[in-house]
Amino acid sequence: MSVEKILFYIFSAILLGAAVLIVTRKNPVHSVLWLVVAFFNAAILWMMLEAEFLSIVLVLVYVGAVMVLFLFVVMMLDINITELRAGFVRNLPVAVLVAAVMMAEILLVVGSSHFGLDKVAAPVRHGADYNNTAELGFALFTDHLYAFEIAAVILLVGIIAAISLTLRKRPETKYQDPSKQISVKSTDRLKMVKMDGED
Amino acid sequence: MISLSEYLIVSALLFSISIAGIFLNRKNVLLLLMCIELMLLAVNLNFVAFSHYLNDLQGQIFVFFILTVAAAEAAIGLAILVVVFRTRRTINVDELKDLKG
Repeated sequence: MSVEKILFYIFSAILLGAAVLIVTRKNPVHSVLWLVVAFFNAAILWMMLEAEFLSIVLVLVYVGAVMVLFLFVVMMLDINITELRAGFVRNLPVAVLVAAVMMAEILLVVGSSHFGLDKVAAPVRHGADYNNTAELGFALFTDHLYAFEIAAVILLVGIIAAISLTLRKRPETKYQDPSKQISVKSTDRLKMVKMDGED
Repeated sequence: MISLSEYLIVSALLFSISIAGIFLNRKNVLLLLMCIELMLLAVNLNFVAFSHYLNDLQGQIFVFFILTVAAAEAAIGLAILVVVFRTRRTINVDELKDLKG
């Protein structure tokens, strides 16, 4: 067995083990941390598939941004875990059954009789001068420029939606309104009172 | 050499595990979101494997866009989750029935 194959099996095993731990852990914080492990191992598998740019993007964007967002939300919410775990054991047989049926169906399709090495030959490895990032960038900015722009707009919409959803006006907080401050006149601040002198 | 079907089997296993996870953590919206992320990861692994073995860069372009949309989806989903928790003090799916769905 070649070194490459051993590495593939090790990282796949860690990936699948982490996936099992994600769905079975009691504490959601642990689930998020195992999800980070799963993403790291998936990134390594992508690296073995010569998708270097996407594998780095997976670590940077997913582990660096999305998972941190998940962690923040999990830690901010004060949730009752035992209440949410109710039905875990009851659902276990159905879950295993559905997963096993799906697994069997997919295996019938993707087994080595259809996608084995004799059917789909392993491609020749690119040389050291091959630049995955440059190739991807070239394809993105020529053939897929329109989709790229739409993706940028989707991210913008995502930012605006997330902020506007979570923004709330607190009536008790005090803040300054610059436009009111500028337009203030001396008569608003100073009130002249005429009164009789007192003895 | 590693064959394409081995990558596809790993991806199928990952997908099945996340399907089971959706059944198991039916009440916890947070875990449901995480399982969806895991499913997307499995699909992306498929795309990257096919892209490599068919020597076609289009698969990686597709993964790029899936990652973009998934990041936006996670951000909006978590924002909705925070708003729901703020108003209802729970993220139990069974109690989110205001829309009578």
